[in-house]
Amino acid sequence: MASQPSDPNKTTPKSQQLFSCDLALSEQEKELNQRLRSLYPAVNEQETPLPRSWSPKDKFSYIGLSQNNLRVHYKGHGKTPKDAASVRATHPIPAACGVYYFEVKIISKGRDGYMGIGLSAQGVNMNRLPGWDKHSYGYHGDDGHSFCSSGTGQPYGPTFTTGDVIGCCVNLINNTCFYTKNGHSLGIAFTDLPPNLYPTVGLQTPGEVVDANFGQHPFVFDIEDYMREWRTKIQAQIDRFPIGEREGEWQAMIQKMVASYLVHHSYCATAEAFAKSTDQAVHEELASIKNRQKIQKLVLSGRMGEAIETTQQLYPSLLERNPDLLFMLKVRQFIEMVNGTDSEVRCLGGRSPKSQDSYPGSPRLFNSPVHKASSSQTYQTSTYYIHKFFFLPAWVKKTLPEGYYKKRDKTTQVSITVSFVLKLIGTPVLTQLSTGPKKYRFLVPIPSHCTAQNNTEVEMEVDHFSNGVSESSSNGFLNGSSTHGIDLEELDSAQSKRQLCGGSQAAIERMIQFGRELQSMSENLRRERGKNSANKKMLKDAFSLLAYSDPWSSPVGYQLDSIQREPVCSTLNSAILETHNLPKQPPLALAVGQAAQCLSLMARTGSGSCAFASVDDYLH
Amino acid sequence: MFGVTIIPTFLWPEIATSACAEVTATSRHYVDRLFDPDPQNVLQGVIDMKNAVIGNNRQKANLIVLGAVPRLLYLLQQSSSSLELRTECAVVLGSLAMGTENNIKSLVDCHIIPALLQGLLCSDLIFIEACLRCLRTVFISPVTPVQLLYTDPTVIPHLMSLLSRSQHTQEYITQIFAHCCKVTHSSFLGFLTPEHQTVLFNHGAIQNIAPLLISPSFKVRMQALKCFSVLAYENAQVSMTLVNVLVDGEQLSQVFVRMMQRDKPIEMQLTAAKCLTYMCRAGAIRTDDNCIVLKTLPCLVRMCSKERLLEERVEGAETLAYLMEPDIELQRIASVTDHLVSMLADYFKYPSSVSAITDIKRLDHDLKHAHELRQAAFKLYASLGSNDEDIRKKITETENMMDRIVSGLSESSIKVRLAAVRCLHSLSRSVQQLRTSFHDHAVWKPLMKLLQNAPDEVLVMASSTLCNLLLEFSPSKEPILESGVIELLCSLTQSDSPALRVNGIWALMNMAFQADQKVKVEIVRALGTEQLFRLLSDPDTNVLMKTLGLLRNLLSTRPHIDQVMSSHGKQIMQAVTLILEGEHSIEVKEQTLCILANIADGNTAKELIMTNDDMLQKIKYYMGHSNVKLQLAATFCISNLIWNEEDGSQERQDKLRDMGFVDILHKLTQASDPNLCDRAKTAMQQYLA
Repeated sequence: MASQPSDPNKTTPKSQQLFSCDLALSEQEKELNQRLRSLYPAVNEQETPLPRSWSPKDKFSYIGLSQNNLRVHYKGHGKTPKDAASVRATHPIPAACGVYYFEVKIISKGRDGYMGIGLSAQGVNMNRLPGWDKHSYGYHGDDGHSFCSSGTGQPYGPTFTTGDVIGCCVNLINNTCFYTKNGHSLGIAFTDLPPNLYPTVGLQTPGEVVDANFGQHPFVFDIEDYMREWRTKIQAQIDRFPIGEREGEWQAMIQKMVASYLVHHSYCATAEAFAKSTDQAVHEELASIKNRQKIQKLVLSGRMGEAIETTQQLYPSLLERNPDLLFMLKVRQFIEMVNGTDSEVRCLGGRSPKSQDSYPGSPRLFNSPVHKASSSQTYQTSTYYIHKFFFLPAWVKKTLPEGYYKKRDKTTQVSITVSFVLKLIGTPVLTQLSTGPKKYRFLVPIPSHCTAQNNTEVEMEVDHFSNGVSESSSNGFLNGSSTHGIDLEELDSAQSKRQLCGGSQAAIERMIQFGRELQSMSENLRRERGKNSANKKMLKDAFSLLAYSDPWSSPVGYQLDSIQREPVCSTLNSAILETHNLPKQPPLALAVGQAAQCLSLMARTGSGSCAFASVDDYLH
Repeated sequence: MFGVTIIPTFLWPEIATSACAEVTATSRHYVDRLFDPDPQNVLQGVIDMKNAVIGNNRQKANLIVLGAVPRLLYLLQQSSSSLELRTECAVVLGSLAMGTENNIKSLVDCHIIPALLQGLLCSDLIFIEACLRCLRTVFISPVTPVQLLYTDPTVIPHLMSLLSRSQHTQEYITQIFAHCCKVTHSSFLGFLTPEHQTVLFNHGAIQNIAPLLISPSFKVRMQALKCFSVLAYENAQVSMTLVNVLVDGEQLSQVFVRMMQRDKPIEMQLTAAKCLTYMCRAGAIRTDDNCIVLKTLPCLVRMCSKERLLEERVEGAETLAYLMEPDIELQRIASVTDHLVSMLADYFKYPSSVSAITDIKRLDHDLKHAHELRQAAFKLYASLGSNDEDIRKKITETENMMDRIVSGLSESSIKVRLAAVRCLHSLSRSVQQLRTSFHDHAVWKPLMKLLQNAPDEVLVMASSTLCNLLLEFSPSKEPILESGVIELLCSLTQSDSPALRVNGIWALMNMAFQADQKVKVEIVRALGTEQLFRLLSDPDTNVLMKTLGLLRNLLSTRPHIDQVMSSHGKQIMQAVTLILEGEHSIEVKEQTLCILANIADGNTAKELIMTNDDMLQKIKYYMGHSNVKLQLAATFCISNLIWNEEDGSQERQDKLRDMGFVDILHKLTQASDPNLCDRAKTAMQQYLA
């Protein structure tokens, strides 16, 4: 496909010589990608690509395309309206744009300037100007009329001709459209637009030439300003979403969710303090939480061997019953060996460079780019947010009652997040009802306690922490590593060179041997449980590390990043919790995931307000 | 309410629900405690009073009647009072000021303002803030004379210096400034606004307030912005300074543009748009600057939309009208932006028929704003249509537009009448509309009615509109004439207002253009030669020009010339001599020479010139004048005098040759100006024939 989006991260090789045509082209493409991403951040282009040019396939024969399919000229006789010809863009406008905008510059009005700019659905006759047929909408240059699926136009705006820039804006929230001329909004032209319309232009007389701008260049009209207005509107709608009347319920639910979240990730001290200050019961024994915490810490610091051992000690049958899980842990152990961080190679004298082992000591910010990359769009409900929330405690712990830690506002933030998420689950229905005639229900599995609370509309009071919490005393458990007997070495800050298995020959041999064991374990697994492509790929990727002299900077080097420990860690944690009949995901993460899922469902069903209700906006 | 109370506790007084007499008794008790010999008791008394008056207007009124104010002021000013007591006094006074307008009046009568201003000299910030809060409440009331802020010249500089103290002082002081620099055009209100603007400007208002535009407090930002909008209004000095101000390295106009972003609160968008509008109208920003064309104008159009509150729509429309009044390009852009022309039609739909039945509160609200909405819409239509014919057409084609104007002309509200007639005036510049919609809707009828009895400002607009309706191609001209308009116009020429005199004589001039003998006679009769000559010596050049124009129109076509000259020849010749001898502009003299040329075209009237050697010398002088226009007009005159086919032309030619005119004509045939050259040649041919 001509308009396939190129990899946004791919850098263009910089030529020191003359600017070649290709270079200029890719520069333009880069600018286009950048602009589209910033205009329509909620659009998932894998699912719904954005229009980037006119389609050479979806046009009438009297239309000629040039300049990367952005310039349109008329090449028919242009004698009667029967000679009219149109072209559609490569893709329909995705609903997740929220607000979509493109501009067309009139290069030449040709003989009569019978030009139409607008929108049409797939399959509408192209031997016509936009607006003349059902599901087709246009603004015509010769008389300034708007055509709404009809051969007769309505007086709409001024006429337009050579040199003018006409913009067309589709509001996918209220399903309206307005045009602009030379940067000035002309007012609403169409209402009740159907979904999945394509940008369309039509020409009718010889000499007519127009250029499209789908984001290749800055727009003449300030569309960002218009988007800002709608973002504010949608967010105000979410903020004002009624959460109920019965006092305290909403608050209690938020507290429960925060508490369960803390317990889930075994922040036992924080969880205990929180439970105490909000007067809640913790449904898991403290010892159990501490055990999980211990295991997680080992995984996150890359000491897989110890982690596996500890797990086997504390939960004897867990890994036996989950050979796939054990396999995954072992593969990770192999990777950590390569990395030089695993206990088995560490004791053999290897030292790991700090950069590979920095995780537990230095909590990362929420939006580290690495983590973004790891959270590709194909997650199932909420695993993505589990990663995200892994960082949460770093600041949650900073935020609990004074006496423990200093600031508290972040705990409030969790609550806000929760309340947002819960509201959001309720919002799509509301938004849908308020914006369009279509009716449908969202079939999102909401955990029973959530649903119950959500229906019982309680006044939200996220600020309740500010009173009387400060006196609650420490119970002696701290989240810091030192009290748990896991000795995390302070590593040299000097930039030592990264070496395989920390540079120790013995360690390398151990690693090779471990790799063989892993190989045979994989074969056994396949024999017993049949083929498992995920396992196969996992192993292949891990072994590939050995194919490079510097595995860290190799294409498979990402595996060595400490961020990759997180999914392993959470899978293990969930498995342990499941054996205790506890939910394998905390309700908070579930709700966040559901909210995100809800938004993508809204995008798919054509509800444009999802564009301005990103869950991410509420997570920091 | 702008109530920002710092009162920590709020005890609802038990007496609030009790009987009236009891209230007075309790109130008396509060006042009595202010006179307690023990200062501690006084302080407690003031604190109790503070809690008692919050939100209780009757209690406030009672305390004022019982004389609490002078005592509180005394305590506030007394240096022996503790700072705490003085602060509490200021707080109570501030609370009293939050009540009715009568409360404010009483406080002002007790000289609260100088006392509080004096209090600002104290060094304690809490006390200063309490004083400022009270001053703010007093000054933002319409009943407080603004001048009181300026009586003591040390006050403004001191307020400027307090701006750095806290966000509260910033908020209150800027709010005081914004209200005490109100702009009004009415001369009878007594205070001239540029004076206040200049005082504030000279004390560094711009440098001191500009940084507040990026204050972390929204209230401070908002009040600072409002300050700039009143400072810049019709003030070139302020506006020119503003464009060069940098706030945190950014140009002020860009700061305002950012404040107009669509996610900002409406009040902020609107006020920022006002600032830029005023700066533009004062000439500090070009009308084609992007911040006007692409930002301010669209923002103001948005303020007119149905989604906005009625007040915002009024302000938006008025500001937009003001912004684009002088600029046709802005008018053209606005006319196609967001369906503005039809959007304005909605301004006439209040109170809506729905609101009348369903919601009394809303009906009341609508009624209150209905007049304001209508006049704002008329103003904006007037501004939109002041130059472009297509826009005028679009406006008159808006639903029921002409009917709305017609009924607007006879509304009870003067503001609406004035705006309606302004709108009509703007549309009357269109030849096509005069011929069609104006005639169809007989707009002249309400217009004439309006002229009978109206304040000057309405009269100016109405008579100006009438001038256009009396243009010869206007079908309304006839019915207007029959309605006895001449007397009315003649009476306007006797007005004290130059604008009304101009319009009166202008209308008469238009009326006389190519008119019947009967009309001309009627004009001369009704005006009277005495008034005509008084107008010829009018100090206003416009009046003089239009009077000459009237004379010229009266003196056209030969029979009319002879008739007018036979009855008024002597006076007219005198007047012409007077003007030609006086100190007048080229235009005036040219017009006068044209009159002379018309006289020279008459059969018998010619002789009035021919027998007047002095006049002939004057013509000769102007033929040799350095200004081509005057040369041309004078030559025209001579050409008429020597025209061949008329009786006695030979004698006149001879006489003028003897006077040396031929030589001059001969010289003029070599003139560089082709018109003059042609004219001279034509005249010379008369001799040759």
